[in-house]
Amino acid sequence: MAGGNEYDLLVIGGGSGGLACAKEAADFGKKVAIMDYVVPSPRGTSWGLGGTCVNVGCIPKKLMHQAALLGGALEDAHHYGWDVAPSAPHNWQQMATAVQNHIKSLNWGHRVQLQERNVKYFNIHGSFVDDHTVRGFTKAGKETLVTADHIVLATGGRPRYPEDVEGAKEYGITSDDLFWLKKSPGKTLVVGASYVSLECAGFLTGFGLDTTVMMRSIPLRGFDQQMALLVTDYMESHGTKFLKYCTMRKLEKFEDQRLQVTWHNHEVGREETGVFDTVMWAVGRVPETRHLNLEKVGVTLHPDSQKILVSASEATSVAHIYAIGDITEGRPELTPTAIMAGKLLARRLFGHSAELMDYDNVATTVFTPLEYGCVGLSEEEAERRYGQEGIEVYHAYYKPLEFTVTERDSSQCYIKMVCLRGEDQRILGLHFLGPNAGEVIQGFALGIKCGATYSQMKKTVGIHPTSAEEVTKLWITKRSGLPATVTGC
Amino acid sequence: MVLDFVKPSPLGTSWGLGGTCVNVGCIPKKLMHQAALLGQALKDSRKFGWEYEEQVKHNWETMTEAIQNHICSLNWGYRVTLREKSVTYANSYGEFVEHHKIKATNRKGQETFYTAGKFVIATGERPRYLGIPGDKEYCITSDDLFSLPYCPGKTLVVGASYVALECAGFLAGIGLNVTVMVRSILLRGFDQEIAEKIGAYMELNGVKFLRKYIPVKIQLLEEGTPGRLKVVAQSTEGSETVEEEYNTVLLAIGRDSCTRKMGLEKVGVKINEKTGKIPVNDEEQTNVPYIYAIGDVLEDKPELTPVAIRAGKLLARRLFGGRLEKCDYINVPTTVFTPLEYGCCGLSEEKAMELYKKDNIEVYHTFFWPLEWTVAGREDNTCFGKIICNKRDDNRVIGFHVLGPSAGEVTQGFAAAMKCGLTKQLLDDTIGIHPTCGEIFTTMEITKSSGLTISQKGC
Repeated sequence: MAGGNEYDLLVIGGGSGGLACAKEAADFGKKVAIMDYVVPSPRGTSWGLGGTCVNVGCIPKKLMHQAALLGGALEDAHHYGWDVAPSAPHNWQQMATAVQNHIKSLNWGHRVQLQERNVKYFNIHGSFVDDHTVRGFTKAGKETLVTADHIVLATGGRPRYPEDVEGAKEYGITSDDLFWLKKSPGKTLVVGASYVSLECAGFLTGFGLDTTVMMRSIPLRGFDQQMALLVTDYMESHGTKFLKYCTMRKLEKFEDQRLQVTWHNHEVGREETGVFDTVMWAVGRVPETRHLNLEKVGVTLHPDSQKILVSASEATSVAHIYAIGDITEGRPELTPTAIMAGKLLARRLFGHSAELMDYDNVATTVFTPLEYGCVGLSEEEAERRYGQEGIEVYHAYYKPLEFTVTERDSSQCYIKMVCLRGEDQRILGLHFLGPNAGEVIQGFALGIKCGATYSQMKKTVGIHPTSAEEVTKLWITKRSGLPATVTGC
Repeated sequence: MVLDFVKPSPLGTSWGLGGTCVNVGCIPKKLMHQAALLGQALKDSRKFGWEYEEQVKHNWETMTEAIQNHICSLNWGYRVTLREKSVTYANSYGEFVEHHKIKATNRKGQETFYTAGKFVIATGERPRYLGIPGDKEYCITSDDLFSLPYCPGKTLVVGASYVALECAGFLAGIGLNVTVMVRSILLRGFDQEIAEKIGAYMELNGVKFLRKYIPVKIQLLEEGTPGRLKVVAQSTEGSETVEEEYNTVLLAIGRDSCTRKMGLEKVGVKINEKTGKIPVNDEEQTNVPYIYAIGDVLEDKPELTPVAIRAGKLLARRLFGGRLEKCDYINVPTTVFTPLEYGCCGLSEEKAMELYKKDNIEVYHTFFWPLEWTVAGREDNTCFGKIICNKRDDNRVIGFHVLGPSAGEVTQGFAAAMKCGLTKQLLDDTIGIHPTCGEIFTTMEITKSSGLTISQKGC
């Protein structure tokens, strides 16, 4: 029933997308409510307002990655004259407490921002009663009904547990739990080949923990495969163990609380076992659509992914119900896209704007020990679209200046620019593997938004000495077959 | 043929093939800056759970040895590359004797004469001295610092150039007692709002500043490695003087072109008598048609390695490769590697106001708190980003400024985007990479003209 609803907008899900949408709508003077609820993980882990990014995603991930990088810095410092032992013990508890405290300050910050804008916050688990009414129960069991003209679904996703592995839920953890562990995970097996898996395995290795990644087939599916292999090569040569072409069979627990893991090794064709302190699943995420009672109101889902189907304006199959963020089909699962989608949606609903989201050429970075930043098409995708003859790929292996004094191995420091062949040489994709990859790629992503071509890149003078300048100096093509190692100065 | 010769500094420092950048500029500077950053990283690492003893000392000799080894490998690399390309290399000092002819004098004083169809002058610059008693005898410059065989100790840096601030920055970062003596403003020519922020950050982190003073006398109190020097300085605003003792005085008050003693007058190459710099046309040609010049000796061009490299390559392609492309000196990005790094491309706010007038520009700005600084307990509302847009041209970005970690890495891509005509709208339409520092430029909303406050909040 439209009209007579208590709120102009109800947002279900207080994560990156939901909060951005709610705040933007409130800034237009609308009456806004937001519902956020965290169903505890099978382990019992839960957290506050802010969604995946703040609590169990980007933020703790990057902080733990930074902690691992600082361990590397300790080793480097030695070479630069600092009188410190090249390695030091790492105290998980101290780090985790610091990270968790920062997250809590962000939870608090979001509560304050909502309050400042008079956005009503419900910490309840909502589901549809009818297409304008959502019902939820507080932790104490009290029923609350909220009605709104417009409803935005932004409930995100949660880690998947494998269905067919005995002991998976009872004995394994996921990223939901990892960042909130009070004690070190110890000898860890990370199952999966996603960026979540590799990033986590990466920083765990950095802390000096015995870490293994189990992959069924290729790493970082969907990403440029040449780059993905360089990422895992680096990890392998820096202490992370890999179990390739293996699939899990079962998890069992010993009396001393350690885990017995059984898997099938497809390469040798037999079952193998190992003992670990922790097993972490990183085999994908499932959208949080099951508890919303969407069938009741007719919001359609993608049959395979179970994600919500949306139009270019983020509208679902029900006129006044929208969806943004990780829960939507065909969208990048990234915080900045969810935030922008939320803001633009609010502007279209309440601000007389017609501007739609542009999901093309969204830059991203995988924060593995050697970082991988990219924007645009992978080489495979570019070949698929334009043919191998239709593209020109410039590339270079480079050595960051800072690696020289420390004699660090830079074999995987690599840049690749995929361009359209021909006079224009418009840049289709840029891939950078090296330190500070996120910082390097961001500005170039803007260049690509401006339709940058290879010749414009060449006209740009480099900043010396940086790693980023190597992008402006690319000149060797894959086609030429010339060796691609370049020297800096 | 390449002639390269390094006249030893007044204190006797010399170096191999590669020029300023490799030997006494960009390379050792960035490596020493890295050493200082690692000192900071050590402090941060404790907050991230790394356990090691509190007091960590820095060993100067270990650092300089490692850096000098790397530089030597670069010198060697250049020798090899020249050989591979059959370029004749002479370690001799070249001077014009008549048209198309030069005299090359090597270390032993032996003279050889060469003739060539075309000449390129790329002799660069050397640090300037004050012209006061004791300066050449007792002071060092950046020519000497990077290979100093002993720790400089308590140091006075004279100057407010990026050389002065970068050196003062890393010396303080490795634990030395550092003072910077500044005659007037910091980083002349750079955006002054940012220059002051750089100075403020350095001061907050232990670098002392003596503003509005100039040294008038340097005296040796005791010889040693390092020795003890007494510096007498005069206020620029009155008759006050101060005296202070230092182990080392590092002069960083500017650089002079190496054009005076190479016989340019014999072949009629016009130079700016005051600065020694060589004016050239847009093809790097001097007033003498067969003589060209590139790099730091050029008048009104940025004194940067990548610019010189680009100019040199394009010049060679025009002279011998039948190409036409000229060096584009517009929107050349650069980075100052002070403790808080500063990357920029395009116009400073002052320059933008001068060229376009205040009403025609819009300045967007924001503080930001790098995620890595949160747990480390480092300052909020310190890192800063600013873009200057031309309202009359579609809000085209005409100035980009970032003050924060990895500023060079952040700035590079934005410089490329500016080359492609970056506008504010495109910035707003672009989705940021999270969590990074660079992403702040995709969500800048507050303008200076609005007067709104700019502290940054969470995720």
